[in-house]
Amino acid sequence: MNATPEHRESAPEATNAASALTELEPGQEVLRRTYAIDRGRLVRYAGASGDFNPIHYSDRAATEAGLPGVIAHGMLTMGLAGSAVVDWAGDPAAVAEYGVRFTRPVVVPDPGEAEIEVVGTVGSVDLAASSVRVDLKVTCDGTTVLAKAQAVIRLGSP
Amino acid sequence: MTEDTARPTSVDPTLVGRSYAPRETYEVSRAKIAEMAAATGATHPAHTDPDAAFELGHADVVAPPTFAVVLAQRAEQAYVASPESGIDFSRVVHAEEHFTHHRAIVAGDRLRTTVHVDKIVERGGITLVTTRAEIADTDDAPVATVTSTLAVRGEGR
Repeated sequence: MNATPEHRESAPEATNAASALTELEPGQEVLRRTYAIDRGRLVRYAGASGDFNPIHYSDRAATEAGLPGVIAHGMLTMGLAGSAVVDWAGDPAAVAEYGVRFTRPVVVPDPGEAEIEVVGTVGSVDLAASSVRVDLKVTCDGTTVLAKAQAVIRLGSP
Repeated sequence: MTEDTARPTSVDPTLVGRSYAPRETYEVSRAKIAEMAAATGATHPAHTDPDAAFELGHADVVAPPTFAVVLAQRAEQAYVASPESGIDFSRVVHAEEHFTHHRAIVAGDRLRTTVHVDKIVERGGITLVTTRAEIADTDDAPVATVTSTLAVRGEGR
């Protein structure tokens, strides 16, 4: 297959981010996604990440820790929002910076699921660096669960 | 019972500045990248399809942007889980996380992680512990910096 880095030029024309960098305006919404989190997803994330803190699967442990119930790993919520950013950026390697503050726990009911909404808007554009900062609003039931959530997307090699 | 601001938790504030050398060389596999991608709803083909990654100019499948937490949290155990840290993990919640990618992590990478205790501050019965995991390749070239803040609640919080 054409499986060499030299074939970079033949990459599919442009990503959402790349094609539009000069046209992006601060405040412009560029992505909106929802993700459902159920207990099964918590178990899957625990196994994948190696974070086996029982507050993420045991009602008893969560209650003993003073929580309203089993909560999602903060890093799962951050990871889901990051996936929305990657899809928009068009290349996982374009995410140069990504940071969040965890403000409220996401309680995951059983049965049922919690729904996370991710909305990304343009924070700023740096044409010289070919980069754009995307500010993320991440909510669950209208409550902000990630604050100061920002990703810097760098397009092309600096 | 939260007025004991001198020492609201058992976290030892004198460990600021301490570093923990790498305990392992972690080899990033395609399978682990695929597993983390699936767990975080990441569907970009470059996470799982080598050809898609090659087309974008990468040496192999590319990790999701929060993948480095796997290495960071493994390495942080040297500090967090040690008795000297004074951190009661049953009283910990995650407060902040930040990734700086000096380059993308791809399958086949062999990575070593050094953990630094950057900051310990006490605020209203909660101790905020900030660690920084510096992830490098086996030539010591920087790959990612992961900064994490844990909030440790005091008794009765």
